[in-house]
This record gives sequence, structure tokens and C-alpha cells, in this order.
Amino acid sequence: MSADDPFEAIKQTFFLECEELLTDLETNVTALTFGDGDGEAINAAFRAVHSIKGGAGAFGLEELVRFAHVFETFMDELRSGRKPCDDQAVRAMLHASDVLADHISFARGLIPAMDEERSNTVINDLRELIHGGSVSTTPDNDPDPTDPSLEAFDFKPVMFDFGALPLDSKTETAADGWIIEFKPHFRLYETGNEPSLLLRELARLGPTSVTIDTSELPVLSNLPEAGSYLKWVVELQAPLDRHAITEIFEFVDSECDLNLTPIGGLTSGLAGVQETSSVPVDTVDIAALLAAVSEDGAKPVPAGAAPALAEQADSLVPSVAVSNDTPKTVTAPAGGAKQVAATQASIRVDLDRIDKLINVVGELVIQQAMLAQSVTECGLTVDSSVKLGLDDLELLSREIQDSVMAIRAQPVKSVFQRMPRLVREVAEMTGKSVRLVTEGEGTEVDKTVVDRLAEPITHMIRNAIDHGLEDAQGRMEAGKSKEGTIKLAALHRSGHIVIEVSDDGRGINRERVRKIAVERGLIAHDANLTNEETDNLIFLPGFSTADAVSDISGRGVGMDVVRRSIQQLGGRISIASQPGKGSVFTMSLPLTLAVQDGMVVRSGGQTLLAPLTAVIESFTPKVGDLHRIGSGDWVIRFRDRFLPLINIARILGFEEADKSEVDDIQGIAIVVENEAGSQAALWVDTIQGQRQVVIKSLESNYRKVVGISAATILGDGRVALILDVDALIALGRQQANHVNFKLAS
Amino acid sequence: MPHHLSNPEASQHELMAFMAGDQEFCVDIMAIREIRGWSSATPLPKTPGYMKGVINLRGTILPILDLSARIGLGMCDPSGRNVIMVVQIGNRSVGLLVGAVSEIIMVNTMDIQPAPEVALEDMRGLITGIIPVGQRLLSLLDVNLLLPETEVEAA
Repeated sequence: MSADDPFEAIKQTFFLECEELLTDLETNVTALTFGDGDGEAINAAFRAVHSIKGGAGAFGLEELVRFAHVFETFMDELRSGRKPCDDQAVRAMLHASDVLADHISFARGLIPAMDEERSNTVINDLRELIHGGSVSTTPDNDPDPTDPSLEAFDFKPVMFDFGALPLDSKTETAADGWIIEFKPHFRLYETGNEPSLLLRELARLGPTSVTIDTSELPVLSNLPEAGSYLKWVVELQAPLDRHAITEIFEFVDSECDLNLTPIGGLTSGLAGVQETSSVPVDTVDIAALLAAVSEDGAKPVPAGAAPALAEQADSLVPSVAVSNDTPKTVTAPAGGAKQVAATQASIRVDLDRIDKLINVVGELVIQQAMLAQSVTECGLTVDSSVKLGLDDLELLSREIQDSVMAIRAQPVKSVFQRMPRLVREVAEMTGKSVRLVTEGEGTEVDKTVVDRLAEPITHMIRNAIDHGLEDAQGRMEAGKSKEGTIKLAALHRSGHIVIEVSDDGRGINRERVRKIAVERGLIAHDANLTNEETDNLIFLPGFSTADAVSDISGRGVGMDVVRRSIQQLGGRISIASQPGKGSVFTMSLPLTLAVQDGMVVRSGGQTLLAPLTAVIESFTPKVGDLHRIGSGDWVIRFRDRFLPLINIARILGFEEADKSEVDDIQGIAIVVENEAGSQAALWVDTIQGQRQVVIKSLESNYRKVVGISAATILGDGRVALILDVDALIALGRQQANHVNFKLAS
Repeated sequence: MPHHLSNPEASQHELMAFMAGDQEFCVDIMAIREIRGWSSATPLPKTPGYMKGVINLRGTILPILDLSARIGLGMCDPSGRNVIMVVQIGNRSVGLLVGAVSEIIMVNTMDIQPAPEVALEDMRGLITGIIPVGQRLLSLLDVNLLLPETEVEAA
């Protein structure tokens, strides 16, 4: 199938929507897990599965339809109250959500094979739950998707849901019903529409009571032959979606005044209308209505067919949240409506376009700064109009930059939502009972960072469950609840995003950590470490506290890998632990990968940037701090240790002369640390300060340059190179002919 | 075979002629994105001598290649009179530091003669043809082969 096949494009859109729907499903089922879900949660979960089924049917994804159908049938039992929404049911839903996600991934080609066995097990479990239990099932609940009666009405939703997914921003559900004020324009009649048909459609949705407002009708002697003066007020007693009603009027949208009020809001207004000039309506026939006008009576009469038809409402309008024959599941309108309103209107934009915009805006800011500098150099006074205009321009460009960066910002929710499944799986594997609590899901961070958060978080959660939490017995003995708690929280702190993974487990066994570290030669046996330093030993390469290597974690690379991946993102990780109470892993990451904090230095006549995450300290050495080892390698004293001294200008070839004269030294040493934790001192001429810079790739137009990680553009428009500390330390070693520096004791 | 020769229908070629060292060259005009004045470049460490460094081209880091050094005609000591031809090589943009651009010439495929075997070592492979224009002789340059990695890719 070619990429520009329109069907394929629609299919891709469907998969994108599936992602959102799965997220909805997960959220709502998880809400049920913690018992804080209500009828709306199960309804929302049902809608999500139903929409997925609908779309899958349209694309002929039979396996997916089959599974979704059973899942949906099961949830229908729950939402109708025929089955209790107990622990067992929620567990079944969680498993089913996981399998449903797998089915979609498989259909999408993301995973090579479907675990049929697991899928069938879950289907059987669901069927058992549907048919088993105390309440007997009706033939309607037959989960067999081949049942023609089911298919008959199931196909309609397919078409409908495509046009109007429940995520539609206009979706609003009223609790008890709607008051619909419908005033046709003359044009409506002119185009051959018939109000009575529309009113009949409304009656199908639920019990209705229709009144007619004739207050605008002129006396017969003054009545023009063409005009529209009637207004109907329909009270529809069905907790429907606004959309279900507006859909009826879709084709006469521009030819009538339509006013929808959820019941409760406008009751007094309606009463007023009834008192003054409403007429009884026996049959929704326009001629009869006109005839009734003369009687000037006021008795609202319910439309006869409505109650009987009401039951069909659910099947006719599948995206409707609550079926009206099950009052138990009707939920408070305020909460539901608010929730729906929170799903704001959004558009999908290609990431490349946004990146391009960000680049251009970044450029605008630099250009503006350069222009301001040239204007200042021209000697214009501060109050000249050019200068004032430039100041405004600066504010505007900063504002544009902030707004554009905000476009890329994404809540960490997308990553957090993957974690409940992980927790379930790891908990099952370890036989522990675990509850995951998340906080700050709405915390926003640049998309590039969000995408790369999943891996370290996954690792930390696995580690926390596997090593942090005790088993049920251990917890009971320690006087804790049987169920362990893992908390995942995100927050903003001073220009960084902080992610915390905490557990209420046993905490770090410092004695054991120390023992292992000594055994593996990571620290000296008599090393004097603070508690904090001991805890952080677990991040050292090759450290693992697990006595037995398990499937889940503990391959001896765990926390080391986490630390490295976080450092690659320009972040840091630390741990705080209280024995017996638990541990907190805290990782702090920049809000975006596009900018980096750097130390601006001069060396060999060039302006360079040292990434701040690698910098430990900078200092001006005294003459006695520098020593030469062998023929030409220098070391520098730093806190009673000697570090290799790397002359940036020389190692990068900006200057040939060797600073061999110790008396001649004029410069600053910057102590840096590479990802493996080795330290070295970089020798530079001066430090010009710190600044946040936009990272620009060298590779995009050229190629990787040794010792340089990327480039940036300074305020004056010149390019400055960003130092690659790891590579520099490695280069320093090569040029020093692998001299081992002995640490002074 | 360079793409501008492979299409028999496009028998007319528009070429940009320029000076580098003391010789005249030309490239397919479609490869040229823009021409701008020289601005001093930030040198890149550990790169071949013909790499002048990088400049800021409206937010993009643009590597600058000294064309005369690249083809073995000696380093160019750039001044305000030199220009940078921004060319597209694959999906990269590269700036070529040249002496001056002179004119746009139209030539027929017929007028392009194969490069003689006598070309300089550094030039070999870069020159895909020669074009006599009156008393002058222009060497047709394939920009796709200028960057070291693209040489490898093309091999």
C-alpha cells in the first residue's frame, strides 16, 4: 500500500486516535482501580473501547473487533449495573486494556506477533465474568460478534463515531435532560424542511414534552403570507450528549435558532413561557399546531411515543454517555461536563513544522539582539524612537519565543500513563502487591524530554518494586500495610523538571551497599562516607545489590544506566533513603533539550562553551599547584588530589605554543567530570560568564568534530563551539600517553 | 554521472561561473542557494586545512570550505572582496569560499568536454568537465564530491 493512499492515511489517523482512546481507557480504568472512579469512568472507558471497535470494524481488523467486542460487552454489563464493579472486574478490565493495546500495536505493525494465548485467556475470563455471577444474563448479552442483530446496530456506531468522537470539544452531557428551544427561520420552511419531523426525532431520544410559543405570532389580519413566528420548547428527559441533539438539527443548523439548556438551568424561564402563551401539542403536525394557536390554551402534553422509544436511544446514539433506563449510572452533570470541557480543542501539527518555527524564532531573537547592538554603536540616545522601538521589539520577540517553546511543551502524562501497566506486570512477576500513585501529571516539559523520560522512569520503578519494596510478609513484620506504594511525581523547580520516584519500602541497606562497594573495589575499605554518599554508590558502574539476578532488574547495570541516560539529557539524579521507611529517587532535567546551560570561556582566541552539567568547580591556580610529569604532561592540584590538566587551546589546535614556563601561567582551571565520573581540569584563558544557549548541530551540515559536541550562536551572531567534555578527557589521556595519575593520600 | 548531464532533455545548462585561486570554475546554478559576502568564521578544531570553520547563516551552522585550498590551488586569505557561495550538497548546506562570482553562462551539453586526465591530484574527480568559452576555459565542478564524507558515500 503506498504512502499516499488516502485509505492508509485515514487508517493512520485512526491509530493516532486509538492512542488517545487507549490513554482515556487506561485513565478511567485506573480511576476505578483506586475506587475513586464513578459511573462516568466506566462510561468513558466503554466509549473508548466502543470507538476503537468502531474504527477497527471499518478497517476490517477482525481480531481487534472481536476482542473489543467482548471487552465492550463486559463493560456494558458493569455500567448497566447488572454486574458489580468489584476488584475482580477491574482486574479483568486492566488485563483487557493491556491486550487491547497489544492488538492495536499488532494491527499497526508495531509488534511482530500477537500473544494469541493471552488474548484468548482474557476473552475467556471476560466471557466467564459476563455469564457467571449472580445475575442471569439475557440473550442480548451474547458476546458472539457474529450475531446479526448485534452487528446490525453495531455498524452504525462505526460511521458515527468517526465523525464525532467523544473527545469532541462540544461534547456536553446533561444529567437529567435538556430544554431545547427551537425557532425555525422562514428559510427552513422554504427549503422544504418539516419541524414536525425534527420534533419526532427528538422524541426518539427520550420522553419529551413539547410546548409551542406563539407570542410572536401577529394577529391574523396582519399576518404576512410568508414568515416564521413559531417557537417550540421541548423538554427532553434524557441524560444525553449535547451532540446527540444538535445532530438532529444538523441540516437546518443555519436556518433556525437553536438553544440548548441543560435541565435545571432554565426551568423558571420555561414556566413563564407556559403561563403566557403555550399550547398543548397532541401531535407534532404543523397544521394542528397552527390550528391550536387560536385556542390560546396552555397545557404541555408529553409526546406519546417517547417513553417507548427512549430505550432505543442508547443504541441509536452510541456515544451517549448514559442510557436513561439505568438511573444508577447517571452521574452528576457538573463533574462530567467539566471533565469533557477540559479536553480542549486541539490540532495535530507535524513536529518538523514546529521545530522550524522554533529555529526561526530563535534566529529572530538573535537578529534582534544584533540589531540593538548596532543601534547602540551608532550612538543613538536612549530615548530616541529607534531605540524605544527596538526595546518593544525585544519584548515581543521574547514573548514569541516563550509562546513557541510552549507549543512544544507537553505534559508528562503521556509517560506517566504507561507506568500503571508496568507496575502491574512487575508486581505480578515479583508477587508483591503494589499501588502506584502519580502526581503532577500535568507538568509540562519539552517534547524531546518527554520522549526520553520513559526509559529512566521505567528503570527506576522496576528497581523500586524489585529492590525497594518488601514482600507482603516483610511488610507485615515491619508494621506496614500489605500493599506497597510507589509514588511517581513531577514538578517544576527553578527552570528544571524534577521527577521523583519514591517507595515506602525498606530503604537502602547502607551496610550492605558499603560492603559490596568495597568488595567490588569501588571504594577503599576505610573510606569515610556520609550516608548520602553511601546511598549514591548504587549509581556507580557495575554495582548491583540484588543477591540474585532477576528478570526484572539487577543485572548490575541498572542504576548506572539510569544515571548515564539522565546525564545525556543534561540532568542529574540522586537518592535519599531512610532505612525502614523507603527511598526517594530524584531526577532533575532541563525543560528542553534545545537549550543548555554553559560556561562561556575564552581559550586560544576562541570563545567556547563548557556544558554546566559537567563543570564541578573553577579556580585560579597558584604557581605551586601545577606540576609537570615526564616530558610534557601537566597535572594540577585540586583538593589534595592531582588531576590531568588539559589545555583546551592546545588540544584543539587553536594554539601551538606550549605553556612550559610555570611562571608564565595566567589562566583558570575548570574542573570537569565525565559521565563515568573521572575528573580533569580544563585550562582556559578567562571565564566570561554563564549563559543559556540554543544548541545547534554541527552534524546537520558538516559532521562530528572531535572534542566538540555542538555549536551555538552567541548574542553577537558569531558561532561558538560547545566542548565535549568526555571526548576532551579521552583526548587528554591519549596525548598524555596513558599516564596514570596517582592520587595523593 | 552527475545529474545535470544525465537528463538528455535538459540540453541547456545554466552554470554559475566564479574565480578560485587564479582559475575559473563553474557549477550547476541549481546547486546554489545563495551568495553572500565573507564574514569571519569560527575555526573548527581537528579538521582539514581547507575547512575555514563555521558561520551563522540565519540560525544554521554553516561549514565554510576554502575551495581553492580544497582543489589544491593554495589557501585563500579571505577579505571583504571574497564571497561565500552557499551550495546544497545532498541534504546539507555548505558554504564555498571563492574569489568572486563572475557571471551566469548558458551552455549546451555538447559544449561540455570531458575532463582531461592531466588534472591535479586534489582536483581529480571533482572536475567533471571543461567548457571553453571564447578564450577562457571553465572547469565544471561537481559540488557533491567536495565534502570528505560525501566522497566516501559516492565511492
